[in-house]
Amino acid sequence: MSVWEYIVDLFVNVRTDWIEWLQGFNLASSLIILLDSLIGIILMLIFVFPIVIIFIWLERRFIAWMQLRPGPNRCGPFGLLQPIADAIKTLIKELIMPAKGDKLVHWLAPVVLFFSGLMLFAVIPIGKGHLGALADLNIGILYIVAIGSLSVTAIFMAGWSSNNKYALLGAMRAVAQLVSYEVPMVLSIVGVVLIVGSLQMSEIVGQQSYPFILVQPLGCFIYFIGAMAELNRSPMDQIEAESELTTGYFTEYSGMKFATFFLGEYISTLAIATIVTTLFLGGWKGPFLPVWFWFVFKVFAVFLVILWMRATLIRVRIDQIMAFSWKFLLPMALINIFITAAEVLIWDKWMSGWESFPWPFIFVNWAIAVVLILLWSKIFFKLGGGRVEVGEVRPGYSQGYGADLQAPVS
Amino acid sequence: MALTFRHLFRSFITTQYPEKRLSTSRRIRGQQFVWRSDLCTGCATCAKSCPHGIIQITTSTNGDNRYVVDNIEFDTGRCMFCGLCVEACPYNALYMGRSYEQARYSRKLLWADMETLMDPANQVSAYGHPELEWRIPRQSLLVYGQISQEMVDEEND
Amino acid sequence: MELEAQPFVINFGPSHPSTHGVFRLRTILDGEVIVDVEPIFGYLHRGIEKLAEGRTYVQNIPFTDRLDYLASMTANHGYVLAVEKLAGIEVPERAEYLRVIMSELMRISSHLMAVGFLTNELGAMMTPLLYMYREREKILDLFEMVCGQRLTYNYMRFGGVSHDIPREFLPAVKKFVREMPGFIDEYDQLLKENEIVLARTKGVGILPADVAINYSVSGPMLRASGVKWDIRKDDPYSVYDRFDFDIPTGSAGDIYDRYRQRIEEMRQSVRILEQAIEQIPPGEVCTKVPSLLRPPKGEVFARIEAPKGELGYYLVSDGSIAPYRFRVRPPALINLGVLRYMSRGWKIGDLIAIFGSVDICVAEVDR
Repeated sequence: MSVWEYIVDLFVNVRTDWIEWLQGFNLASSLIILLDSLIGIILMLIFVFPIVIIFIWLERRFIAWMQLRPGPNRCGPFGLLQPIADAIKTLIKELIMPAKGDKLVHWLAPVVLFFSGLMLFAVIPIGKGHLGALADLNIGILYIVAIGSLSVTAIFMAGWSSNNKYALLGAMRAVAQLVSYEVPMVLSIVGVVLIVGSLQMSEIVGQQSYPFILVQPLGCFIYFIGAMAELNRSPMDQIEAESELTTGYFTEYSGMKFATFFLGEYISTLAIATIVTTLFLGGWKGPFLPVWFWFVFKVFAVFLVILWMRATLIRVRIDQIMAFSWKFLLPMALINIFITAAEVLIWDKWMSGWESFPWPFIFVNWAIAVVLILLWSKIFFKLGGGRVEVGEVRPGYSQGYGADLQAPVS
Repeated sequence: MALTFRHLFRSFITTQYPEKRLSTSRRIRGQQFVWRSDLCTGCATCAKSCPHGIIQITTSTNGDNRYVVDNIEFDTGRCMFCGLCVEACPYNALYMGRSYEQARYSRKLLWADMETLMDPANQVSAYGHPELEWRIPRQSLLVYGQISQEMVDEEND
Repeated sequence: MELEAQPFVINFGPSHPSTHGVFRLRTILDGEVIVDVEPIFGYLHRGIEKLAEGRTYVQNIPFTDRLDYLASMTANHGYVLAVEKLAGIEVPERAEYLRVIMSELMRISSHLMAVGFLTNELGAMMTPLLYMYREREKILDLFEMVCGQRLTYNYMRFGGVSHDIPREFLPAVKKFVREMPGFIDEYDQLLKENEIVLARTKGVGILPADVAINYSVSGPMLRASGVKWDIRKDDPYSVYDRFDFDIPTGSAGDIYDRYRQRIEEMRQSVRILEQAIEQIPPGEVCTKVPSLLRPPKGEVFARIEAPKGELGYYLVSDGSIAPYRFRVRPPALINLGVLRYMSRGWKIGDLIAIFGSVDICVAEVDR
């Protein structure tokens, strides 16, 4: 095996060698599994943390470029050491604990968020075959859905234990928003699962001879928007809502606890970007260059789109955000499942030769996606989730208040 | 979203301050004062015109019936740099400076006494003294850069 | 079992990212819905009105800069007009034109800030605000060129202005006026066609015309509600009657209309600037006024159209060198009174947006 071939699939090759080397010692098989997962975790952390640090740097630089300023550029070359300087700064800051807060929960919340983000990486394949992922579960997608929704708990713990009204409001918003966006998110993945016929992540990537965004444009769109809400990134950053709730659920956090939250959020962002890459953009697949390069490249492309949206769009109001989930994304996700299921049936029966590149489906699905989005936006307005048109003014928006000014307020 | 995308490729408009400095306006009301002892007659018009009363001036009469300024002090920590004292001075003895880096750790250090006011390193601003303007480098605008001489001539012909 | 519900009181401020300074909004919430909101101010009170009584008329000009620090030139202008009316001072024509140019530049700058902060409070990640800052920077550079300061100008004097403009000022203004409409269109496009902006602003925080008049709201807020009232046209001061400009009005009086109103007013200001730099005559910029001005006994009220609304100065003179009474009618304070009417029944996010669309400056509210 040449050096180039070794580098092309670095992650898998390192792991394979390690296991072979371990088997030379005649250890118990359980010990081998333990040591194998150990090296897997180390490799994963080596992969995750530098990217997260680059993410933090890139977020500030990229948004700064859009805002016509250079961004942080004092620490190290191009300001690359800025996240490290920030980390040192937060480390030496005082940990402030609200006097009437719940101490244990307050301490536990950032840890839960941090690890719920980190655990997602266990099933993401970065290389070929079963060894590509740390643990290639046969229920990989189920695992992602289950662990991904843990972050709600962490956010609510933080908001509740802070004993702060802003934090509590942020946490309430978080629960409402994240739970309702979980539904369309899961339903949008179902389309991919239907096509592949398996919940295993390595299988999903293995079957993508073309990126699934081509046959699943609607699913990708819904998943991406749902993920933005899940990550509470602008335009769905109701939970943090700087101009409204200062910083929402982590208003009372300082020092390293805050840094853990911050890091946890970026890890979740990275996790979502990797999931989008794996499910819809073909994972590690790509011509000529090493597989891990393609993987990182796609992850960064997804991340830059997230940043671009953050730099441009304004925040959506809380009731609009909920209406968007239940009245817009959910029906679309359901329709997407029906269409995909029908297509899979047709595919199996009559189109056995088309697996490699089913361009009729690609064409049809994109047309359906565009038409549905346009059509549903019109219906969405009728349903009342959209804006209030001038002329049909609704005086008492939420019956009771506002309509009668003279009414005494208790 | 297309607009922000286009802006991604435009050049920055901020400048890196400590390395690169823009030249300020010729009339800047900077954070120091320049006082000329040879022109000052000790009339204390500046002290009277100051809204905050931060100018302390002590004078005595000498033999040939003229005021001599014994001491003049500015409490620049309370100054709001309105420039009224410079405009009020009938003998052109008082000028604003052009410095803008007068941050100090203690409020006491902001007292400008006679030596500070007469320090030869002080740069004089043309505020209230238009006759000085040609000597001072032209202001560079942050976005437009320098207004070129041709444009000025074209306009004023 | 029935649980007892308590009102959820939350204080936005005194130190909050979107309160434009130290300012408090005591809000009673029912979940996310606003039951009642009470603005509490006075954290930035400096007693300018009282301070002014102990100082001469000229010494009060720098204090008017500190009223509304985003629109200091117009604050100067109003005060100077009041004293001139009291003492009967004639102003040279060139000085009047310079005042109009400065006031209109100030109006553009202040409206840019208002629109920028409104988008920021709607939740944009600083981007529109920073674009607005770039445009405002050009105006501040122009002001710095003329009077040596970027924020507290202290430029106007009784009987004119303190300095004539430098030679490179008019070419720079011409360049600015040429480019500004394009920039306004560009930024308008960023917000006007954005569906989220429309969803957040249309129909929210409606202020009907009769309510606006009853609360004596003025400025862009009043005009956005459809009332055509602009002191520049209806009670012309300075040389505003010589220019040809329109007064745009809105129809619904919601946040979107207030935002459109400010954009349109910037366009009209550019039109006034175009005419003013064409017409500006040569000559003196200041008549000779004694430095210790002693106006005759009497009282006077002068008002101008400041960017935020009708800015009035009420002066009582007892014939001495200092005013006996110095009273400011701050537009921001009076516009703020209607906040409770507009925001009851809306959500927290709307409250912040409505508050941003009022466009207050806390220094002016508290004085």
